[in-house]
Amino acid sequence: MAAVSQSAMTAEPSVENPKMTARKLDLFYSDNQALYEVNLDIPEQQVTALIGPSGCGKSTFLRCLNRMNDTIDGVTIKGDVTLDGRDIYDKRIDVVQLRARIGMVFQKPNPFPKSIYDNVAYGPRIHGLVNSRDELDEIVMTSLERAGLLKEVKDRLQSPATGLSGGQQQRLCIARAVAVSPEVILMDEPCSALDPIATAKVEELIDELRSNYTIVIVTHSMQQAARVSQRTAFFHLGKLVEVGETDQIFTNPKDERTKGYITGRFG
Amino acid sequence: MTDMASLMEDRAAAKVISDNLRKPVDWDSPKIARNIKKRYAAERRFKSYGLVAICLALLALCTLALSIGSKGYSAFYQTYVQLEVTFDPAVIDPERTGDPDVIGRANFDALIKQALRDRFPDVTSRSDKRDLYGIVSGGASYDLRERVLENPSLIGQTRTIWLISGDDFDMLNKGYIDPTVDEGDRRLNDKEVAWYNELVAAGAVEKQFHTRFFTSGDSREPELAGIWGAAVGSFYTLLVTLALSFPIGVLAAVYLEEFAPKNRFTQIVEVNINNLAAVPSIVFGLLGLEVYLNVMHLPRSAPVVGGLTLALMTLPTIIIASRAAIKAVPPSIRQAALGLGASPVQTVTHHVLPLAMPGILTGTIIGMAQALGETAPLLMIGMVAFIVDIPGGALDPATVLPVQIYLWADSPERAFVEKTSAAIMVLLAFLVLMNGLAVYLRKKFERKW
Repeated sequence: MAAVSQSAMTAEPSVENPKMTARKLDLFYSDNQALYEVNLDIPEQQVTALIGPSGCGKSTFLRCLNRMNDTIDGVTIKGDVTLDGRDIYDKRIDVVQLRARIGMVFQKPNPFPKSIYDNVAYGPRIHGLVNSRDELDEIVMTSLERAGLLKEVKDRLQSPATGLSGGQQQRLCIARAVAVSPEVILMDEPCSALDPIATAKVEELIDELRSNYTIVIVTHSMQQAARVSQRTAFFHLGKLVEVGETDQIFTNPKDERTKGYITGRFG
Repeated sequence: MTDMASLMEDRAAAKVISDNLRKPVDWDSPKIARNIKKRYAAERRFKSYGLVAICLALLALCTLALSIGSKGYSAFYQTYVQLEVTFDPAVIDPERTGDPDVIGRANFDALIKQALRDRFPDVTSRSDKRDLYGIVSGGASYDLRERVLENPSLIGQTRTIWLISGDDFDMLNKGYIDPTVDEGDRRLNDKEVAWYNELVAAGAVEKQFHTRFFTSGDSREPELAGIWGAAVGSFYTLLVTLALSFPIGVLAAVYLEEFAPKNRFTQIVEVNINNLAAVPSIVFGLLGLEVYLNVMHLPRSAPVVGGLTLALMTLPTIIIASRAAIKAVPPSIRQAALGLGASPVQTVTHHVLPLAMPGILTGTIIGMAQALGETAPLLMIGMVAFIVDIPGGALDPATVLPVQIYLWADSPERAFVEKTSAAIMVLLAFLVLMNGLAVYLRKKFERKW
């Protein structure tokens, strides 16, 4: 995987000490190719935003990073994805453990129909991360605190999570992902089902989480990408068109297509 | 910038088209009013069709309930005749041993016959006496024996005792035999009717609640026949059916929905499961006969064989219902669990199955209710036998409720008609109970997401 030719890249994907890398990544849904030779580095402890019009493959790419595409029938993947330099599609890699290391937050808040406490405690429980009830309590509290939800729910930890508002549910999902201490958190349009106030809270939260985690976020909102991310990658028709520092992408895009998209001329 | 210019042109063209489309509509014109009227009429018509359909269904249900209820309710009561019985020590225990074995073997029938002769002393001819003995059921002697075994001090005394009457007498008392028709056209002759009238006049005929109907097994004598043997047989049969079809069905459904690759093989399996649900039940009976009885030599007429056969029949129902319930669990829950690093099995056992459980249980209970009412396959494996004893386990010969109904409906005695209806009432009560349980379980396990 180290022997990937750099000439195939369409932009400047490499950074120093990347947390994750993708090299020459092709993905097919049965016969339809959804990703074409994507080369992208995810820098550590930064927020990387993936933008692009609908159907451009950014969510598909995101799901390649924690092998969620494995659960879909008829998906074939070529190329390499690495985490800390190790190929995650290697046969010796345990997918279950991999997904614990790379957490995910989905488009629609999807709390389990259990109590708030059980939602956050589920991950640590199944991975056997705790030895005692007190330890578990502590993890739950810290996770909720990190997700900025503790103040709102600390008096009703045992009430059903489905009773929370949409924004609270999404932050609960973030707390649930944080509870297994992942190294990377993938977010697939986490704010698309939220109102502006809840969105602002989640964005604030993403900014805080950056100091501890590597975050990759797919978003349809260019303002959001500009607000929360340090690096932005623009996808179009399954290809990575351009990647770079967020400021540079939004103020001085090199590619015509990037320029067209961010100025709202197509998409 | 040429991009931008062409975009502006497009927008201008679109505006022209939409302006042409916008003709003013006169919402008060007669044409529109007619249209509204027509729509209202169509809606009223549609509603009334639905109402008629529901009324027809209710009418059918009421007719069924009424006809069965009116025929069957009398089976819950039984005619008893009061007689003075002398517990003659010469008959019961001539050597005064006091040994229960001796007392148990005594001819209590003779005591009843003596009591009847004493009650009607002017009956002398042999055939008249035989008719006279028909007033009291042949089963009454067992009641007497039990009384004496319980309380041996009765020996030597004379007591007034209510004895269970014979079935023809019971029918006369319940009004099913019309004493005014020609003597040759009814089961009881004029003399018997006269004895009945005499007993009624003396206040020695009474209808009592018929507990025996709920506690005893089948019998050739309608007044002694009960539903309990068949109910216990049904219970063991359903137990075997449930123990087999529930785990197998749920596991099959989970595998097919969550783990099986979607290929030609699983498609064939799926089609065949659906076909299996449509196979006539008697075919399963033939299969059970061939495999369980002829090849495996399991005991004939046993609930275990019935249960195995019915399990085959119930499996497709449970698999189809479970698959539907599992499919209804939102994929976002699976993704959430997988995204947290839960293994596929953990995802299924922690999240999918608990959420699908109400649907699975409902399907299972509907399958069980179907099995409870099934007759045809059980006829093939010999559960149609006449069995008096109450089965003590799944290996004892037994019959089940619907087969008991079939057997009684086939019996010539008039008294079995009401028994048949009463047995149907019991079966329906069990079905209502099971459906109620299904509703309760669904409500209890239902969780919102």
